[in-house]
Amino acid sequence: MTDAPLLQLTGVSKSFGAVAALVRADLTLEAGSIHALVGENGAGKSTLVKIVGGLYQRDGGEFTLEGRSVDFHSTRDAKEAGIAVIYQEPTLFPDFTVAENIFVGRQPYTKLGLLDRARMRRETRELTQRLGVPIDPDREARGLSIADQQVVEIAKSISVGAKVIIMDEPTAALSGVEVDRLMGIARQLRDEGKGLIFISHRFDEVFALCDRITVMRDGTYIATNTTSETTEDTIIRQMVGRSVENLFPKQETTAGAPVLEVDDLTSVGVFENVSFSVRAGEIVCFAGLVGAGRSEIARAVFGVDRYDSGSVRVGGSAVPAKNPAAAMRLGMGFVPEDRRKQGLAMEAGVQSNITLAIRDRLSKFGFITASMEEPSARTWATRLQVKTHALDTEASMLSGGNQQKVVLGKWLATQPKILIVDEPTRGIDVGTKSEVHRLLSELAATGVAVLMISSELPEVLGMADRVLVVREGRITAEIARADATPENVMYAATHAAGDDRETAA
Amino acid sequence: MSQTTLAPSASSPAPERQYLKHGKPLWRRGLLRTESAIILAVVLLVVIATFTVPFFAQPYTYQTMILNAAPVLLMLLPVTLIIITGDIDLSVGSVLGFSSAIFGLAFQAGVPIGVAAVLGVLAGGLVGVLNGVLVTIVGLPSLAVTIGTLALFRGIAVGLLGTTSITTFPTDITRAMTAPLGGLPVPVVTLAIVILALVFGALLHFTPFGRGVFAIGLSPENAAFSGVRVNRTRLILFVMSSLVAGATGVYFTLQYSNAIGTNGLGFELQVVTAIVLGGVSIWGGKGTILGALAGGVLIAALNKTLQLAGIGSDTISIVTGVALIFSVVVASVAGFISRRRRSKATAVAVGT
Repeated sequence: MTDAPLLQLTGVSKSFGAVAALVRADLTLEAGSIHALVGENGAGKSTLVKIVGGLYQRDGGEFTLEGRSVDFHSTRDAKEAGIAVIYQEPTLFPDFTVAENIFVGRQPYTKLGLLDRARMRRETRELTQRLGVPIDPDREARGLSIADQQVVEIAKSISVGAKVIIMDEPTAALSGVEVDRLMGIARQLRDEGKGLIFISHRFDEVFALCDRITVMRDGTYIATNTTSETTEDTIIRQMVGRSVENLFPKQETTAGAPVLEVDDLTSVGVFENVSFSVRAGEIVCFAGLVGAGRSEIARAVFGVDRYDSGSVRVGGSAVPAKNPAAAMRLGMGFVPEDRRKQGLAMEAGVQSNITLAIRDRLSKFGFITASMEEPSARTWATRLQVKTHALDTEASMLSGGNQQKVVLGKWLATQPKILIVDEPTRGIDVGTKSEVHRLLSELAATGVAVLMISSELPEVLGMADRVLVVREGRITAEIARADATPENVMYAATHAAGDDRETAA
Repeated sequence: MSQTTLAPSASSPAPERQYLKHGKPLWRRGLLRTESAIILAVVLLVVIATFTVPFFAQPYTYQTMILNAAPVLLMLLPVTLIIITGDIDLSVGSVLGFSSAIFGLAFQAGVPIGVAAVLGVLAGGLVGVLNGVLVTIVGLPSLAVTIGTLALFRGIAVGLLGTTSITTFPTDITRAMTAPLGGLPVPVVTLAIVILALVFGALLHFTPFGRGVFAIGLSPENAAFSGVRVNRTRLILFVMSSLVAGATGVYFTLQYSNAIGTNGLGFELQVVTAIVLGGVSIWGGKGTILGALAGGVLIAALNKTLQLAGIGSDTISIVTGVALIFSVVVASVAGFISRRRRSKATAVAVGT
């Protein structure tokens, strides 16, 4: 074993167009240790993992493996160098058996040139037993639980001689028992001398499992802490510490009557007993981790998704379930999370996109023509300063920020009483971002109720009159603007009131 | 009602942006399209055939050409809308046969001919309800569903009539079906084609419903988020398609004075061929009624020309096949080139 660390990244950067995903990332992983990587959503953890895994190529910085500088051009390069990445959703071939998945691409053959199934079975059985989770080698991957699929992925990575194993939010979809089992496997691998990188939002797991914790924020390395010498508060402060309030031009408004009232909304297995209201002129933010159920609640409120029980009212009138058209008639608007798939028809022009949601209102005697759509399209493109030279430019030709402006224009054109915006500034440049913030603030000032979902804490704290923290499908905290701090919001997002998961020490 | 008065001038003093209506000049938008190429091909074909093919430029030729093509031209209208939503309806030929059988049997059983006709149309409509429910509520792919109903209702139609055919329709009615329209060299059914084309053209291109049809084809998820009743729209289209195919079945029966289980056999492929040839994207989201109709007319004119020129039906099907592939290939090659030019342009813009 050499003195050099197993894996070392220094000053690694990566940009996508104008968006810098990684500014300066540092990470040092020693063999025989488990290293946690934590940070808010969008801090650059996944980008870092993808660079290590060979999926992305870094723009700059040093990357060494056992002291040697490396340069991966594909995931294959990374695998051959001994790096394995286990994702939250495993990527097995569903129709292959466990053994076939483990040996895919490097199947052993008998002397006769036939697949050596007996050997594949035997080795698979040995591997899974070594991990303490015997899995039938002949089972199809399709029927396995996510936890078992992860075990198969881990077995596969060991069998190809991986030295570095990266687990990207592996516990997000696991039950308590499965998490304990996975942590047991991780410790065993550590004791065998492998280096593990563990990404999780759950501090209890991070503290129970990892030797060191590296914090990232805004694509930049912040600090590496030795677990035994640090506290959760320190880590949270490192994750959120910055002063950006002045970026958000929040106008003071006085909230009026409730516009949106959601009562005891439940969709079994997705969210439970969700009640809240948004008043005229108020901006309410759903904060929480990705996957906490915030978008799912909003989609059910708007009627795109179904729910099992509960009620939704706008301006006192009941909104029928599963009927966005009816919700829109009552004054609800929805800027969805994924603008490319849900917010826009990418192959249609700016004009068609802006006027799609108001096509009924624009029609006369049941008919509508392009010239009847044009004034509205022109009005909203102008108000939002969409950068394009013609109204029939395909949405796919616009930049992300301008696409988002078109989506916003489309919904502002409906003159909503309550506008739900789901991650309105994701993946857009800083300039457009602050335009979007100003716009939402102005909108609220005119008396529109705004429900915003955001995974960016500064955005939540800067924009919200009230913060509702969603964790695992429930609203776990309600924090007024004056009381909201990065620490208490992040704490509520990562700890349920009376979090009762047993954690094996 | 809350007023959203977002004056950009208040916060951003940027100059008012000017937008053109269209990014490209009219000739490029108008002429560089599959529809234009197909219409041009129809005109060229007719002109050339008029001068080179004996007997082409005669009223009888037009008369029979339109009579032969009428069922396909009628049925392709609603199917065009279905294809634009990204679905497909392959059952129309069998619906024609099924409707023909019901109409014939009802008439034979002594039902007044008008009532029997309505029964035939409604029988077709029921198939549409079945297609629509299986596709939208059960959530099966329309290709599989309509291949299933294609086989199912062809089987029922043939089963109902056995080897018999009903031919005892009143001759005044059957003769009226093929009579010329006024003094024009075209049959009466031309009027039905024109009216239905205007109805479906208006529905697709000039109504909020039609906007929804395109939106579904471009992105069903975006359509749903924009308040388009996606499944209701798809269901309505399947029912419309089968009602038109049912009505075509009644018309077809009377035109040939023959109700038989094999009426309309294989028409679904002619329908889809004409639509795709006319520039409607098989992936949905793009196309026009005019284009689909021009595709149908081109195939009909091509058939008639080759037939009059004494060329066999095998050659006709080869020519149709080549024309179809050519039109699809040209469209995708053109799309590929314009995408490449675009991405180069953006690459340069980013680079500088």
